[in-house]
Amino acid sequence: MKADPKGVLTGAHFLDGDHACCEGALSAGCRFVAGYPITPSTEVVERIAARFPSVGGMFIQMEDEIASSIAIQGAVWGGAKAMTVTSGPGLSLMMEHVGLAAMLETPCVFVDVQRSGPSTGLPTMPAQGDMMQARWGSHGDYEIIALCPNSPQECYDLTIAAFNLAEEYRVPVMLMMDECVGHMTEKVIIPKAEDIEVTPRRYTTQKPGKYLPYQAGRSEIPLMVKAGDGYLFHVTGLTHDERGYPAMNAEAHDRCVRRLVEKIRNNARRIIRLEETDTADAEVVVVSYGITSRVAGKAIQMARADGLKVGHLRLITAWPFPEKRLRTLASHVKAFVLPELNFGQMFLELQRVIEGKSSCYPVPHAGGTVHEPEAIYQRILYAARHSRLKDKKEVAR
Amino acid sequence: MSATEIKFAGLGGQGVILAGIIIGRAASIYENKYATLTQSFGPEARGSACSAQVILSDEKILYPYVTRPEILMALSQEAFNKFLPETRDNAIVIIEEELVRPKGLKSGMKVFGIPATRLAEELGRKMILNIVMVGFFTAVTRLIDYEAVKEAVKASVPHGTEHMNLRAYERGYEYGQALL
Repeated sequence: MKADPKGVLTGAHFLDGDHACCEGALSAGCRFVAGYPITPSTEVVERIAARFPSVGGMFIQMEDEIASSIAIQGAVWGGAKAMTVTSGPGLSLMMEHVGLAAMLETPCVFVDVQRSGPSTGLPTMPAQGDMMQARWGSHGDYEIIALCPNSPQECYDLTIAAFNLAEEYRVPVMLMMDECVGHMTEKVIIPKAEDIEVTPRRYTTQKPGKYLPYQAGRSEIPLMVKAGDGYLFHVTGLTHDERGYPAMNAEAHDRCVRRLVEKIRNNARRIIRLEETDTADAEVVVVSYGITSRVAGKAIQMARADGLKVGHLRLITAWPFPEKRLRTLASHVKAFVLPELNFGQMFLELQRVIEGKSSCYPVPHAGGTVHEPEAIYQRILYAARHSRLKDKKEVAR
Repeated sequence: MSATEIKFAGLGGQGVILAGIIIGRAASIYENKYATLTQSFGPEARGSACSAQVILSDEKILYPYVTRPEILMALSQEAFNKFLPETRDNAIVIIEEELVRPKGLKSGMKVFGIPATRLAEELGRKMILNIVMVGFFTAVTRLIDYEAVKEAVKASVPHGTEHMNLRAYERGYEYGQALL
């Protein structure tokens, strides 16, 4: 389906990432946002509050983040596309309802413009410290999708992608921005509405009385109904059967949770987006995401100027993590270097996946600013000098 | 043009961020170059030092922050004092000459001064001093085409104020041309 031209501000703009995110939401067909404004995400909802009413949308400044994260789910079950916008301290409060969205299979988007934590930390400065929280923050087993833009253009593009993925897999999708990308202003091209692909909600064609809200079929993703269309249905955070009614036993729980996990794991190949540069003959591969991918790009240029064979793998989707691709790379790469604005969150995942087949070096940073390219460059040099393919074969044996 | 790092600095309320946005917009939208703007965020909304940093380049910009500006535009003494040390030895320094006394310049620096606030007052509104500065910047740096910046001024100021702002832009540009 094509985008509704009403919300699409076609043209070339000079926008910051926060404003670009608002425009992405409008292009994607989002018409309901509830939030509790927080630096550095405030400009997203500032623009939303100004823009949404003019296209028949609504913004509500809620009493807190807990309320925001449930209001959007009410809006979704009422037929709207909806999102909430926050930063780390707010995301912590929203965690209960991230789990609820996963359990109810509510397609919705959580935008997190990351700032340095823990707690209220550095409100006006960047970090990437919420990556594990985005994945594991709510209790119980579930899967989410997380996207990491590295420019205002991608804040626009990936907000649309987030809504499309949310609809396709009926999951909460986390847009993991950061203060630097959110407050950075660059050119943003917004295409014509007819060139923007938007995934519509998939509604049942079953008649009321026949419809089972959690009957998934082979696709693993059940079809929805809209409240008010004459269907009597029930959704609950309790473990439920296909009717949506609580089913308090281990068998029902296994069926319910297994599907929440497998619908993402089994489709990981289709969901994952990567950007790879010069990985084919690389001895060292830098794995990065978000703003750090640009700083890493600079460091890689410096290393290549020294004649080192350095590749770059940028995670556009951080979750699901590209396990297969990294395992394949580990079979011919001496070492991986992973810079991030935290003390090693995605690095843990990389280590787990590589299983010791290659050397792995983190470039940790507490946040507050971005890395010095020199720090990443030095790590690349160290990795190139100190990791040997021979060692790797020994490990493989 | 390889990458050029520019710092726009002054007091909150003088319109330095908008000046940076206009230059970034002119380069990226009307000249098809790359431009990245970042700004200082803090309690500087009105009256204390604030700055916008712009990188202009023919190639994609990776590292987003300005570290050693090649051009410093300073609209207040405090901003000048604060940012002069990090500015390159051979930088172009553009100042509001009635607000900034350029003390401590390095020997390779080229200074261009303009009484932008007074010129803006003569045009009818003190507020448009930043647009006078944008015109002056365009003339003395010759980084971006006159017409591209003009278009960016039109696209960046509130509706209904275009005429006045374009006069301010032209006034600053002429003043700069006369100095060269």
